[in-house]
Amino acid sequence: MAETVQPIRPTRLMVAEGSILLLPRHIKLRHDAGRDAWVLLAPERVFKPDDTAVEVLKLCDGKRTVGDIASDLAERFQAPRDVILADIVQMLQDLADKGVVKS
Amino acid sequence: MNEITTGTHVTDAEPALACARAPVGLLAELTHRCPLQCPYCSNPLELERSNVELTTAEWQDVIRQAAALGILQIHLSGGEPTARKDLEDIVKVAAEVGLYTNLITAGVLLTKERLKGLADLGLDHVQLSIQDVDAANADRIAAYKGGAAKKHEVAGWVKELGLPLTLNAPLHRQNIDSLERIIEYAVEIGAGRLEVAHIQYYAWALKNRAALMPTREAFMKTVDIVNRAKERLKGILVIDFVVPDYYAKFPKPCMGGWGRGVMNITPSGRVLPCHAAESLPGMSFDNVRDRKLAEIWLDGDAFNKFRGTDWMKEPCKSCSRREIDFGGCRCQAFALTGDAANTDPACSLSPLHDEWAKVAGLESHETPPDFIYRRVGGAKVVEPAGE
Repeated sequence: MAETVQPIRPTRLMVAEGSILLLPRHIKLRHDAGRDAWVLLAPERVFKPDDTAVEVLKLCDGKRTVGDIASDLAERFQAPRDVILADIVQMLQDLADKGVVKS
Repeated sequence: MNEITTGTHVTDAEPALACARAPVGLLAELTHRCPLQCPYCSNPLELERSNVELTTAEWQDVIRQAAALGILQIHLSGGEPTARKDLEDIVKVAAEVGLYTNLITAGVLLTKERLKGLADLGLDHVQLSIQDVDAANADRIAAYKGGAAKKHEVAGWVKELGLPLTLNAPLHRQNIDSLERIIEYAVEIGAGRLEVAHIQYYAWALKNRAALMPTREAFMKTVDIVNRAKERLKGILVIDFVVPDYYAKFPKPCMGGWGRGVMNITPSGRVLPCHAAESLPGMSFDNVRDRKLAEIWLDGDAFNKFRGTDWMKEPCKSCSRREIDFGGCRCQAFALTGDAANTDPACSLSPLHDEWAKVAGLESHETPPDFIYRRVGGAKVVEPAGE
């Protein structure tokens, strides 16, 4: 039954400074009023992102690069950009592997 | 980042959200009707008839209550949920109140138009079950001719409509050799997620245990295949793996802990802490026709019975894993020991563990008996002897 479909084989998204990311339609970042917490709704999963992850995910808008996001956060939180960049690349790679962000 | 599973297959128990008293997931068994007859169905042996099912308005009211109670995800399940002609009216309200709506389906009753309609109403995700990649074997397992071909078609529609797809492949001795091809198939049809779920031996599966139980060697091979596939398919396919209790060292945290994050509502409106809870004697289950969902969740006898750790006996009581696996499955504990508060025999600390685990070794090496198919009246209740 597998022989009739021949789509393009998907490949792993490797997150880098120049990556432009967004949340797929079926991933929903939302503030849950009852819990007073941000939740990320995914197929049969609920993620509870920490404060940094929430800030990063809000900026994954399909326009900014990961580098832009790092610059933004570095300025807002007065922290070294290279440290932030390394942290968020790692975090976004993990989220990409879980299907939570796409390019 | 904390990750919480909202379905029934909880493999890695991460801590729940801070307000652990608010449920996260609702498994809504819309009907027990199903055209398939899989011999490992998780529905009870006594299937509920269609004339007792909640009405459209009753489900809509329950869904509104569920959202107000803090539930984030609803799993529309069955039986086969698409057997209900009012599924659209149910999905519509679930989407309106902001629930993440997941359709758990066998697919065979769907048309492309209907699926598109559901997507337009706000359906978020489809979980499609397959019995095997070998079509003839799949149709034999489900006792449904042409099922595998239809499912393949449905998978294509799901992707075409841009809906995310999870493929659910229950695994047992009569399809276990297909695992590598099942994984490859999931990638080919564009599934984002694959559940490789070794059968859990309750209800129909327990009846059919000898026909389904794989050998330890065959099971160990699946562990290896899945681990290698996870690495190879990182970022392409998320694989969730559910192991059979019989070959595990520690039990699973059933439903992520009793009354902790998930609830199940039967077609007739009974609210259960887990879908097998009705097998426990001496328990009463509230019905959404009689009480509000919040009351049932917070104060219902059934939910409070095994909630937390106060009910535990040794070896659970002093165990360092008591809040990791919550003593395992109450239903399995009862079925095997006669007391639901005992440690699940799946736990290596249970005095009955070795004897219990031995059954798997014996049965899996014998010739498998015929399936007892899941159908109304399929599992005859044994009548006591005499007049």
